[in-house]
Order: sequence, then structure tokens, then C-alpha cells
Amino acid sequence: MTKEKVPARQDFDQLNRDWFIDKAVQVLVFLGGISAIVFIIGIFVFISREGLGFIFEDFSFTEFFGSPNWRPTSESNPTYGILALVAGTASVTGLAMLVAIPFSLGAAIYIAEFASGKKREFLKVTVELLAAIPSVVWGFIGLAIMNPIIIQTFNVPVGLNVLNAGVILGLMAAPIMTSIAEDALKAVPDRYREAAEAMGATRWQVIYKVVLPAAKNGLLGAVLLGVGRGFGETMAVLMATGHSINIPTSVFDSVRALTATIAAELGETAVGSPHYEALFTIGIFLFVITFIINLSADLIVRGVRKG
Amino acid sequence: MLFRTSARLMVSAALVAMLMACGGGEQRQVIQNKGSDTLVNVAQAWAEAYQMVDPAVVVAVSGGGSGTGIAALINGTVDIANASRAMKEKEVEMAVAAGNQPMEHVVGFDALAVYLHADNPATHMSIDQLAEIYGDGGTYTKWTDLGLEVPGCQGQEIVVVSRQNNSGTYAYFRQVVLGKEGDFRLGTRDMHGSKDVVDLVENTPCAIGYSGLAYATDHVKLACVDTGVGEECVTPSVSTASDGSYPIARPLLMYTDVEPAPHVSAYLDWIKSDQGQCIIKEKGYAPATDVTCG
Repeated sequence: MTKEKVPARQDFDQLNRDWFIDKAVQVLVFLGGISAIVFIIGIFVFISREGLGFIFEDFSFTEFFGSPNWRPTSESNPTYGILALVAGTASVTGLAMLVAIPFSLGAAIYIAEFASGKKREFLKVTVELLAAIPSVVWGFIGLAIMNPIIIQTFNVPVGLNVLNAGVILGLMAAPIMTSIAEDALKAVPDRYREAAEAMGATRWQVIYKVVLPAAKNGLLGAVLLGVGRGFGETMAVLMATGHSINIPTSVFDSVRALTATIAAELGETAVGSPHYEALFTIGIFLFVITFIINLSADLIVRGVRKG
Repeated sequence: MLFRTSARLMVSAALVAMLMACGGGEQRQVIQNKGSDTLVNVAQAWAEAYQMVDPAVVVAVSGGGSGTGIAALINGTVDIANASRAMKEKEVEMAVAAGNQPMEHVVGFDALAVYLHADNPATHMSIDQLAEIYGDGGTYTKWTDLGLEVPGCQGQEIVVVSRQNNSGTYAYFRQVVLGKEGDFRLGTRDMHGSKDVVDLVENTPCAIGYSGLAYATDHVKLACVDTGVGEECVTPSVSTASDGSYPIARPLLMYTDVEPAPHVSAYLDWIKSDQGQCIIKEKGYAPATDVTCG
């Protein structure tokens, strides 16, 4: 039937051009595969090396984590307390999750359980498009649009605060959370739904009593990834929080995030000075936190896939 | 193949032309000029204008901050360092130790204006009042503490706008208003740029901020600043910054070696001349000498 000649076995064993290409591609793919590991170790070694000098010399655990006084350039008495910065990051991320969880969970349930065909594809693409908006654009929205709206609506002196940054960050984190949550819902086998429906459950009962509990771990993973995104986000929070060292007592207080502090100050700091090293120590702290969050999210999501 | 050869020919021809342009003709002298970001625009304008004055001298300008420029001067890699702050004693010692005794030239002044929202009824501020507003442990947190009522300002809370802690503007304002040992209070809104301060104050009735006079707009108010009770207040302007009557004006400096090369000192003399001083005035800073520009 076929006119093509089937190659004999020895043709494969020859060291011809195809063989070399094959090997070269193998090596390239392997390098690509391990590059992430190499980079992450490289980055960790780098920030540790830059930050460790501070940890061994000027570091005081109680001051660093217990004091809100971040005054690294003071002439008389430099202090390096990140308590207020941690409170800033945590409050903004917390509010962002309050905003993002209902949005992303709702979107994921609709996309996974209700929408079908073209409507579903359209929604998925739109959600992904939302994730593609650069963070500086979000920051600009916070600065130029949300700021005056918050001032007018709530009658507060400044609109750059926890509320502004939390809403912005919530909208930023929602797309990735939606995608992961939708995957988790899709991973619930159809026979669960069929069984529930066969027993006379309504659609809402199927989702509420069967699908959501079964996808619990995946949904938790989605939330944790959103938290990781919130902790790591820099540009938008730099622009929308007001960048003010402050332990917030209400959502209308301006705060400052850990990431934003590094971004704002590292550029003009003398390399090797305690201030420079303190910023890198914040970097180590952020790295460890996001590493733990992402790792646990990954383990939880992986757990549900296998189970 | 033919294409490649001709491309290569073209590249080498271009290289030769460039070499001839650089090496040929009379000797061209290069002045390396680096430092303060506040001064970088002015320095660039000077460098461009000097092309007309002396085509044989090329001035290469780059920014990077006052500290960067001073470090380069200490290491002897630049001819002129731009700085919006004076060299620290430690830096002078390091330069002397490296065999580069530095010399300071005042090339202009930058007035740090105190910005208020257009609706704010305050017209003047004393240094002491500013210290109570900005300083660590300061007692003024509401406009009513100053006996004022700002329309449109909810709760009369003073929204204190400052700069990021490694900016030269931040350091200078701290030194003048809060003293050498002083610190800013926590909870100030720390903006990342001179213009951002003015933008925020413009849109926030409760706000007070400080920034270079060059960033003033028609939509904000500049406070008249006095140094104490009974003293007459001074409005920030190019002329009050030049004559030293405005209390929060910092000198803009250029540092060279104590014995600069002839072409470097000729350049500095030109900068201090009327022509050079009119350029810095055009850029919104106060000239170091009294000049009348067309």
C-alpha cells in the first residue's frame, strides 16, 4: 500500500545528522527542565549572601520583627523594625482575599458547572486576559480612579489605603484563583454528580453538598496561591497603599508593604551598607514566606489530583 | 554569500568612518560628569549648550545619585561630580587618602517649597510648626491644632506627605526642619518622586508636602516660611533662594579636583557665567549668582 520505504533498523543506529539533532534537543530540553531549580537556588544563595551580613551584625530579632520603627537612614539612631510593614502586607493581602474569594469561587463554579460551549470558552479567555494586565496599570487604576472614588464615597482624607490596595490586589489575584479553582472543580469525577442527581439532588445541592466538598483541597490551594500573589505583588501596592509606615486600625489607613519598601529604597542605597543588607533580609523573609505558601498550595493541589 | 560579504564591508566601512571622526581632526577633550539626579537635567542642558561654546570639548553626563557621583570622584573616574548635598567628612577623607583633594563649587540653589492644597487657608508656616507636623513626637496631627479649619478636609487630619528615605530632598528637609538628630514621624505618606508629592497635595485637601520649587503648579499653594515667632516669612522663589533669605533652600554643588585640568575649569567658569546661570534658571532652579536673562 504505502510507497514509503520503511527504514531498516541500522539506519537509526547511525551517527547521522538526525541523531545529533535528537541528542542536542534532548540536552536542551533537559537544561530547560532543570533551569528553574538552578535559578531558584541561585536566587536564594544571592539574596542570602547579600542579607546575611545584616543578620549577623546589626540584626536584633525583637527589633526586626517587634518594632514598627523603620528608619534606616536616620542620622542619630537608625532602626530596622518591620512590624508595621508586615502588618501592611498582611492587611492588604487579607482584604484582597475577602474580595477575591467570592469573585473567583463564583466565577469558577459558573465556568466549571454551568457555562458550556462558546460561553465557557469566552469566559475562560476573558479571565486569562484579566491576568495579563500589568501590575503597574492596576496601580495606576488605584491611584487615578479608586483614590478619588474612595475619598468621595467614604469621606476620608486620602484614598490611598488598605481598602484601595486590597480591592486592586483582589482583582489581580482573582484570575489565577479562578483558573486553579476551576481545575479543581473539573477534577471532581462526573460520577459524583450523576450519583447525586440520581438521588434527586437539585443543581445547587449537587454543587454545595458534593462538588465543593470533593474539591475542597484544590480550592484551598487556589486561595493559598492567591495569598502568595498578594504577598509578592509590588508595583500595584506601592502605588495604591499610600506608602506610609503605619499599623492599620481601619481599612482607611494608609500602610506600606514589605515588597514596596524594597522597591522604593534599594535603588539608591549604598551597596553593602546596613540599610542595603536590611532590605535583602526583608527579601529573604518574603522569599521564605512565599516559598512556604506556594509549596503548601502545591502539595494540597497535588494531593487532590492523586486522591 | 554575496549579501554577507557586502554587509561585512559596510560594517567595516562604518567602523573606519567612526574611528576617523573620533580620532581625526584636532584633539577632542572629554569631561566625565556624573551624580545627582536632581541636577542631571540641568547638567545635560549645560553639556549640550557648551558644544556651541567650545566644540573641542565633549561633556559626558550621567545620573545615579549624589552618592554615586561622589564615589566616582573619590575613585578618580570622573572630572566633575554633581551633588545635591555636601560631601560628608568621611567622603572628603577618603578622597584625600586616594590623592584627590575635592573642591566644592556652588552652581545653583534648589528651594524646597512647602506645598498646601489650594483650599487650605494657611498662608505661612514656621520651621517650628513644620517640625511639630513632620517630626517624631510632634504634637500637630490635626489642622485645628494650628488653629485652622481646612474646607473639604474630613476630620481635619493632617495628611503628611514626605519622600522615600534615601532621597536627598528627604535628608535635606530633615536636616533643616528637624535638626541633625531629628527623625520624621511614622505614618507619613512617602512618595517616590518630587512630582508625586505635588500631585498628591493637589488632590488632597488635608495634605501638606515638601518638594522642589521647580515642580510647583497653578493648582497648589506654596507656604510662606518663617524661621520663628515675629520673623517675617519668606515666599519660596528663584530670587529668595539665590539670596539665601528662604530658609529651606539647598545649594546645588559640583565637585572637582582642587586643581582641575584647564578645560574642566574653563567649563566650570562658563557654568558660573551669565550664560550658564541662565540655563539653570530656565530649568526652574535658582541661579547661584544674580543674573538677568532674556
